[in-house]
Formats: sequence, C-alpha cells, structure tokens
Amino acid sequence: MKDLSFATLIAVWEEMFGRGVFWALVAIAALITGLYLHVLFRDRALSLRKFLWAQLSMPVGAAGAVWFVLAITASRLSDMGGPIDWLVLAGIALVGAVGFAILVYVVQSLVRGPQDE
Amino acid sequence: MPEPLTLKASRRAFLGLAAGGAALAASGQGARAERTRTSARIVILGAGAGGTAMANRLAARLEGATITLLDARRQHWYQPGFTLIAAGLKPASYAISRTAEWLPEGVEWIPEHAAGLDPVAQRVTTTGGRVLAYDYLIVASGLTLDWEGIEGFSLDLVGHDGVSAHYAGPEYAELSWRELDRFTDRGGVGLFGRPATEIKCAGAPLKMAFLAEDIARRKGNRERVQLTYHAQNQTLFGLPIVHHRLRQLFDERGIEARYDHVLKALDAQRRVATYATPAGDVTTGYDFINVIPPQRAPGVIREAGLGWTDRWLDQGWIEVDPATLRHRRYPAIFGLGDIAGVPKGKTAASVKWHLPVVEDHLVSELAGREGTETFNGYTACPMITRIGRAMLIEFDYTDNLTPSFPGIIAPLEELWISWLMKEIALKPTYNAMLRGRA
Repeated sequence: MKDLSFATLIAVWEEMFGRGVFWALVAIAALITGLYLHVLFRDRALSLRKFLWAQLSMPVGAAGAVWFVLAITASRLSDMGGPIDWLVLAGIALVGAVGFAILVYVVQSLVRGPQDE
Repeated sequence: MPEPLTLKASRRAFLGLAAGGAALAASGQGARAERTRTSARIVILGAGAGGTAMANRLAARLEGATITLLDARRQHWYQPGFTLIAAGLKPASYAISRTAEWLPEGVEWIPEHAAGLDPVAQRVTTTGGRVLAYDYLIVASGLTLDWEGIEGFSLDLVGHDGVSAHYAGPEYAELSWRELDRFTDRGGVGLFGRPATEIKCAGAPLKMAFLAEDIARRKGNRERVQLTYHAQNQTLFGLPIVHHRLRQLFDERGIEARYDHVLKALDAQRRVATYATPAGDVTTGYDFINVIPPQRAPGVIREAGLGWTDRWLDQGWIEVDPATLRHRRYPAIFGLGDIAGVPKGKTAASVKWHLPVVEDHLVSELAGREGTETFNGYTACPMITRIGRAMLIEFDYTDNLTPSFPGIIAPLEELWISWLMKEIALKPTYNAMLRGRA
C-alpha cells in the first residue's frame, strides 16, 4: 500500500481512536448531520433565529476545538512556528465552529420545534 | 523507497495524517493483488516493527506458504515513543503492547530466539532446540545495545544519581524521565551524546538535549543548567545541511557542542564520565547524563557470517543490496529494518519503506516474476527541538532532503505541525503499518 489512499487514512484513524470509538464518532457526526437535514426538510426553511444562535455559538466551538487539540498534544499557541501551523490551527477552529453551530441548530430545532420564529 | 511520484505519495501516506482531511480527496485504494499460491517455507527472525509488518503482509499476499516468526519477546515496543516517555510526556505503557496481538492468522509464532543460523544449509536453530529449514529467510532481528561497551555502566544504574538511558526500553525511559525531572529541578551539568557506531534513530540523542533545555526553561531553571552534547565525529548529524541547522539551534539555545567525543566509561559514584577523543581521554563531571551505547548486530547474525566483510566489521550489519535489500551472497535472505547494512536510516520510517521492497522481490519471485521495487535510502526524523515543535527531516542515500510536503512543511523549520505528526499521527500510522495496512 504505497499510495495515500482513503483506506490508509481510515486504517490510521482506526488505530488513533480505536476501531470502536472511531466508527462511533463517525456515526455521531453522521447522525447530527442527518438530523440537521431532517429539521431543514421538516421545517421547510432555515430559521433565522436559530441560525443566529448557531452563529453566535461558533466562536465557542472554534475555541473549544483549538483548546482540545492543544491540550491533547502538549502544545501551546506559542508553538505555532510558520504559516502552515496557523493554517492548520485555523482549519481546526473552522471545523469546531461549523460542527458546533450545526449541533446548536439541531438541538434548538429538536427541543423547541419548528414554530419558534 | 522508489522514486518521485509514487514515493512522494507514499511519504504522504506515512506522515499525512496531521496534514488534515484534505487528503481525503486522494483516490481510493486499489484492491489487493491476487494471492500467490506457493508452498515456500519462510522464516522471519524478529517480531519488531519489520518482522511483524512483514508477517502480516505475507500472510495477506501468499496462500499455502509456511510462515514462521521467531522472537522470544512477548512485549512489542513502539520505540519511537521512548523519547516522549523520557521527556515525561507519556507513561511507559504508551510504548508497550503484546507481540501476539499484532500477528495474523496462519503465521506460526515461536516465542524463542534464534540460537544458530546456517545460511548455506538454509536452517535456523532456535534456543529451544527446534530446527527450522527455510526457503526464504527475512532477517528483521533488530540490533543489540552493547551496554558493556561503556565501562562502569550497567542498567541498574538507570534512575539513580543522574543516570538516564532511554534506549533500554519503556521502563528505563520512564526512569530516565525521573532523573531528567530531578536534574531540571535542581540544576547542574547535563551531558548528552551518541556512540561511534551506527545507531537507531540518530536524532534521538539530540532530541534529548533539546528537550532537557526546554524543560529546564519551562521550570524557570534554565540559568541553573549547563548542557553539553558530545558528537562522535565532526558533525551533529550525517547530513551537512542538517548539521549546520542544528549547530545554529544549539547556539541559540545555549547547548554546548563538543566534537570527536565518544563516551567510553562512567563512574556513577563520583559522577564522572570519560570520553575518548583524538587527543586522548577526557573526563567530565556531571549531574545528569543520557547514556546511549554502541549498537551492533546480534551475536547469532554476526556468527552466521552475514555481515559485510569490508565495512562495519565491529558492528556486523548484514550485506544486503542497498536497493533491493536482498543479501548479496545468500539470495534466499533479505535484510529488513535496523539489521540491514545500508548507509542510511535505522528508523521505523525506513522500515516502512523497506517493507514493500522486500515483499515485492519475495512475492514476485514466488510468482515467477522479477521484483521491481527499490529502496532509495529514505528515512525520516521528526527532530523535536522543544515540546510543541519539531523539524520534519527526511532524506535519502544521496544526502538530499526529500520533503514529503515541499513548499508546505519546510524541513529545517521548527514547526508545530511536525510536532503534531510525532505526537499524534506517528503511532497510529506505525500500528497500521504493523497490521500491514499502511
């Protein structure tokens, strides 16, 4: 297996988290994404009020993701050494922000229901 | 470790994790080649990184072969983790797993060492007295740490009176951390260095010096520690460009470099180390010392006459073709990992690139073809320069830097992403390699 293939990455991620935890995480991510699509279709519109809360929660998700990665890798912000480091960090923040926003939107939709506007 | 296109792709496979999910766009994996039917008897000496991964690969590629793995060690050690353990970042258990848990079905594991090897009769005798005839032998025995090569040293000194020796194993790495922790609390003179023989992971001795400096600084005790690194020749690292970069970093961090100094004796009671130099022996007092011993091929391998006859005479690395890793005098024998007598790389990264070469030549021959894969000397060293930063140094036989991510991850820059690879991506990649999946 000499090429960077999707199967290699899956193999490495399975080793990183343990096979069970990795696929559980994938399942959770898929579930939340599925629920997001579900509430969008159910409500037939994007609720701007929920979307506002989701947007406001983005910095929390971003900071949480960055904090988590720094904590598990014994790193500090002062370890950022070059542009690629900041880009990776920004990517981590972005993933955290978007993921958390979707989660917040979904939770609001499920808890409050569609007639919340 | 063949050249450009596929090679770059495979380096990414090894190191690419931390680079992020963008890589997901890469193509899907092709199906495994069809299994080759054979009745060959294949013996693998050693269940370390190379032997275990090869057992998994061959079990997947061959049908009907008798594959026997010989290794008495019931623990498998993730050796790239030893530095992290010795820096107090991971517990000893981080590097320990069971040999058995990595082995595939259909491979017989004999938990004994080799006691004798006859390359002419193609037979291996085990310490338990079993005789294993082979059609192909893969020597993946690793190397022997020659602790007795340092006068006055023994492993029971580790963890007391400032003596550290993290090469000795996970538990010793943890004991080494306790000494480093004490030293960076109290201050004093810290000595580092490497032996004159070839060694596994030539970066590890340097990393310990960098980590000691960083840990002392974090504790606010940098002014109280004096750090000296002893190089075995006139360079800190085999590649000139890397040597100069390290010299610059040592200057910046206030780590003194002494050249042509090889540790030869230790007086643990008086805390004095003796170094052999071209001008005669030199003694130095210390409060902390990191001992890395001379390294050689295991006795059984040396006695079997597998070594080069015109080089490394005191070390015994086996005489393999640098490109195919096949023994030059005994074509039924391949060298894999640290034992291979090639001029570069006794690292897990090198093992990763040895594997497809040996697998290709062996399986192709069994299928009636000729193997085509070649090894170009690739090795990788995530040179930790402080906790949280490393330089991802990759190079080949020609002393060229061979960055996996040219223009993105600069090999001579201290970067967080390179640290991320060492810290979180390397062990899973290593484990996937053991299973034959990477």
